[in-house]
Amino acid sequence: MAVVKADLEACQGYANCVVGAEDVFDIDDGGIVVLLRTTINDAERSRVEEAARSCPVSALVVEDQ
Amino acid sequence: MARTVIVGASVGGVRTAQALRAAEYEGEIVLVGDENVLPYDKPPLSKALLAGTTSVDNVGLLTREAAAQTGIELRLGSAAVGVADGAVRLADGTELPYDDLVIATGARARPSPWGTPPGVHVVRSLDDAHRLGTALRAGGPLVVIGAGFIGAEVAATALGMGLTDVTVVDPVAVPLSRVLNEEVAGVFGDLHAGRGVTTRFGVGVTDVREAGGALEVVLDDGSVLPAATIVVGIGAIPNDEWLAHSGIPTDGGVLCDSHCSSVEAPHVWAVGDVARWWHPVYDRYVRLEHWTNAVEQAVCVAHNITHPEDLRSHAPVEYVWSDQYDWKIQLVGRTGGDLAHVRVDGADPARSFAVLYGDGTGRFIGALTVNWPKALVTCRRALSRPSTPPSTVGDVQGLLNSARQASRPTGAGAR
Repeated sequence: MAVVKADLEACQGYANCVVGAEDVFDIDDGGIVVLLRTTINDAERSRVEEAARSCPVSALVVEDQ
Repeated sequence: MARTVIVGASVGGVRTAQALRAAEYEGEIVLVGDENVLPYDKPPLSKALLAGTTSVDNVGLLTREAAAQTGIELRLGSAAVGVADGAVRLADGTELPYDDLVIATGARARPSPWGTPPGVHVVRSLDDAHRLGTALRAGGPLVVIGAGFIGAEVAATALGMGLTDVTVVDPVAVPLSRVLNEEVAGVFGDLHAGRGVTTRFGVGVTDVREAGGALEVVLDDGSVLPAATIVVGIGAIPNDEWLAHSGIPTDGGVLCDSHCSSVEAPHVWAVGDVARWWHPVYDRYVRLEHWTNAVEQAVCVAHNITHPEDLRSHAPVEYVWSDQYDWKIQLVGRTGGDLAHVRVDGADPARSFAVLYGDGTGRFIGALTVNWPKALVTCRRALSRPSTPPSTVGDVQGLLNSARQASRPTGAGAR
């Protein structure tokens, strides 16, 4: 299992994460990322990591739990 | 052991290396960069790095530790100068044999056709941004030639740094009117004028000359603009000349098939600004200078290197953004001055709105979104879901109207 963390100060609302994994990430009315859940299972980890790497300001990380 | 050599250590090259490891590539990965600096991200060059409000340490793409941990060998400070007999040759004479070669050498700023006396700048590298930042801190006047995203961002940043005499020149009467329709494009000219930038649109530059320790920009209507600093932002040229005589065909970028593989040279791939690949949906060669495309293309190439029996085509939904002053401007999918379009107002129509573009049948194919995060997300979702039936412009318009109404009670979305 892994956890996803977001740096809300860094987030600029570019929304690449939403396109990469819309079951994990959303953007609120103010343009800041919302984590729909934080626990990521092994089968989906590479997909969520790919979404995290697509963040233009590196505001997202996926770490071992 | 297999070895992949990646030439170019900006976002396309770095993300290819990372995506190869994510795809469980077990061979060696060598990442070659011509600048003697750890890989860094380029979008801040015209904004926070230029203003000096952040440093290169904060916009790194790959630390030395992360590279070591993931088995990515960094070869920085020596440019690749050629490819022959299955090896990349570097300027320092090193030969790097490869099993797969990924070309990610990007693009460079189109140079000033009016000469480059001291005080004339482009913005493409960390050194460029540092030099320009130093010049701007010494004061104006600043003349920006070219009102595209880079030029507009530099002008906005310069104003934020305290310059008061900033002029943007562009030969097009309404800049951006090729990618947006005129009335919408005009909003961005008005944005600059409203913040105190002098705009000289529809006027060409005929000369840049030195004049007693300063500079002058001569326009084709005969007027002359005094300048301490000039920034030339008139597009970019793909860095593919080093591949001459390599057997890797180029034509304004490395020519690739839909899998981003060279049309002739086996096991040669291209990623990012330097790739001109066959877009399977548009049925033509396409080259994009977009950050997000480089990242997505990197993932595609890494997949194709590690899955030769299951090759993927690269058919991205375009996405490009520009941050100017406190405005966030995004383009998604296909937009164009000659396409049918509908404008939808956000909660504060003076600064938040979306423009939806449709093809001849009313199918939604692209959007401009401005200061409206929910509209951006809605449009990107509608364009990126291949499994659902295509949305019409009317469908998306309805979604945005609902989003605006939902956001009204709190006033959010209208920062």
